[in-house]
Amino acid sequence: MIYESSFLAVSIFLAFVGFTLGLSFWLGGKAKSSEGYFAAHGQIPWFVNGIAFAGDYLSAASFLGICGMIAFYGYDGFLYSIGYLAGWIVALFVVAEPMKRLGRFTFADALDSQFNSKGIKLAAGISTLVVSVFYLIPQMVGAGALVTPLLGFPQWVGVVMVGAVVILIVVTAGMLSTTWVQFLKGALLVVFSAILTWMILQRGFKVEKGGNDGHEFQTFRITTDDLTNGDGKVGSLENVDVVPADNGWEKFDKKYVRLQNRETQLVTVWMMKELTEKDGPNLELTEVQTLSRSTDGTIFVNGQKKGKKKGEPELFAVGHVVELPDGKTETGPLSPIDFFRTLQQSKVVLWRNEKVVHADKTETTVYYPKITTGAEVLRPGEHPTFKGIRSEKLFDKVNFLSLMLALFCGTASLPHILIRYYTVKDASSARKSTIVGITSIGLFYVLTLYLGLGAMTSGTLDVSEENMAAPLLAKGMNTWLFAAISAIAFTTVLGTVSGLILAAAGAVTHDLLGSAFGVQMTDTEKVRVAKMSSVVVGAIAIVLGILFQKMNPTFLVGWAFSVAASANLPSLVMILFWPKVTKQGIVAAIVVGMVSSMTWILLSGEAYSKVYGLDAAAAIVPFSQPGILTIPLGFLTLVVVSLFTTGRQQAAA
Amino acid sequence: MNSRNSRNGLILFAVYLLFYGGFVFINAFDPASMERTPIAGLNLAVLYGFGLIIGAVVLSAIYGVLCGDASGNSSGSDQQEPKA
Repeated sequence: MIYESSFLAVSIFLAFVGFTLGLSFWLGGKAKSSEGYFAAHGQIPWFVNGIAFAGDYLSAASFLGICGMIAFYGYDGFLYSIGYLAGWIVALFVVAEPMKRLGRFTFADALDSQFNSKGIKLAAGISTLVVSVFYLIPQMVGAGALVTPLLGFPQWVGVVMVGAVVILIVVTAGMLSTTWVQFLKGALLVVFSAILTWMILQRGFKVEKGGNDGHEFQTFRITTDDLTNGDGKVGSLENVDVVPADNGWEKFDKKYVRLQNRETQLVTVWMMKELTEKDGPNLELTEVQTLSRSTDGTIFVNGQKKGKKKGEPELFAVGHVVELPDGKTETGPLSPIDFFRTLQQSKVVLWRNEKVVHADKTETTVYYPKITTGAEVLRPGEHPTFKGIRSEKLFDKVNFLSLMLALFCGTASLPHILIRYYTVKDASSARKSTIVGITSIGLFYVLTLYLGLGAMTSGTLDVSEENMAAPLLAKGMNTWLFAAISAIAFTTVLGTVSGLILAAAGAVTHDLLGSAFGVQMTDTEKVRVAKMSSVVVGAIAIVLGILFQKMNPTFLVGWAFSVAASANLPSLVMILFWPKVTKQGIVAAIVVGMVSSMTWILLSGEAYSKVYGLDAAAAIVPFSQPGILTIPLGFLTLVVVSLFTTGRQQAAA
Repeated sequence: MNSRNSRNGLILFAVYLLFYGGFVFINAFDPASMERTPIAGLNLAVLYGFGLIIGAVVLSAIYGVLCGDASGNSSGSDQQEPKA
């Protein structure tokens, strides 16, 4: 689609970012010591900290990725919502209070509280860095996806902007300003998602023939003879000739036919479906959309050069209902329950795509409609990531179980979540703020299903940009809401990215330099080192955000969860419940968990196809999600190494 | 560490683990049952999914009450130093 910036949207957006930065500078003046920089003096009120948990946790992946996945595939994105929230149960019931009691600045502090070991600090510090950087990538990708429609900039500009603003926030004031940014954003995100959900329910469903740009997608029935007789008439089209299936299209000659207008020379692509009726037409032609890039970089949509302004050629908006129960054409306002009940009995058009590769290595992506029943939309297992649910293959099922396990175990192992336990004054506040966090995050996740399905039926979707579903849904409602939602989503990225960069900077300063390498630093020097590390980590995040820009953020977050859960959870849990843990056991568990999960991910089919552009079937490991093997492996390593080293530690003592 | 809170936490954790595990295993090994519509025309996937989210919020509130947060008493033993 063509994204033009609107003055209103840009103004609201800038006001938001300006306010956030102003707050940051103001609070920056208050936090000079390292205690203030890393842990906001441990004086954040528990309620504020709880909402800040939501602000920290509800990242671009939650907001953009989940809504996008639900809008394009239905229920599956909601599986992430469920898994992400379930992880908080581990955080609250198992790790929250002990974490608060044992540590001071970083989670390495907590792990190391009984041992005072440089090895633990080093391993935990590196794992914090790795997980934070892994988690940063999707946030930056999300930032790019947001700025494009809002300001009309290319994606990389968005990534650089977020990086720059966040570095500024983190460098000016550290944890105190980060907490308030996260509090603001967490509260606004939940409130505006609720408003948007209410509007979706008020709108209800309506049968349409296309998206909200007014384009009606055509379908007609013909006989095979119409394609071969050369009279120029094919269905309702006149003056067209069939273009021979060549240059990559021959692979799809049973599925697509290309028709060229004799006057305009414009080539359009149609999907063919054979009909089984004995008499009359035997073929159904359906209009599809195409997107291609020529060798010189020119982008073509539906056979025409993509325009730059509204009104010029662009991909048509999609996302509509084709059939409602009882032959109705409009439902009017719906209750939260009737929303699902009605959709369950309706039919909607979803869009799938496939790539045609041409002789000069360029590709044409064909987006084709798929009429889908509501019952299918509301069941899990349609998205490729969750194909294991409907697959007969055991490894596909294991892959699904593995992902759900990583989501469950990952939250409580994320360094940027763990450091938030040090911003409140005691264990009781840590617990209460987690409860507030769970409640607000839970409310938001309930809303994601409405937002995603609302976007699916809004007629505003861009077939080529899954991540844009939520902002485009808001745009379809009204411009004010769009501006507000985009600004919130942008601050969403800012909040999460600041938290991550702080976690990484804390790890570098306290765990790596301060403890593992024994560098003596004064309080002021610690803060300065942390600020320098923030700039470096921020720069790395910018580069990776640009490199990975085509991937769904939710998918990338799934990887970060796997690495976090495999590297950190075994030590976190065992140190609380097993008195025989040794420092060697902890170091080994962190290293083995981190290295094994990362190696597995880098050798997986998903990395092959989405990162390296290779055939997924050629991947070395049998399924993509490592958690189901590497989390138990971390526990096993910890137990075995601890048992072997217990005697030695006692002897040394 | 505060053993009462810790025990309550682990019991509630086990309850939720069963609930979550049930959802994941039904999805993996009997996906067709997720399409059934047992109550109010809503399918099991939507009911169970919402149940898991609301269940997490409810359990966390129960935990808060058990730990004495509701009465404003933030269990004195919270301040205990860790056993080193």
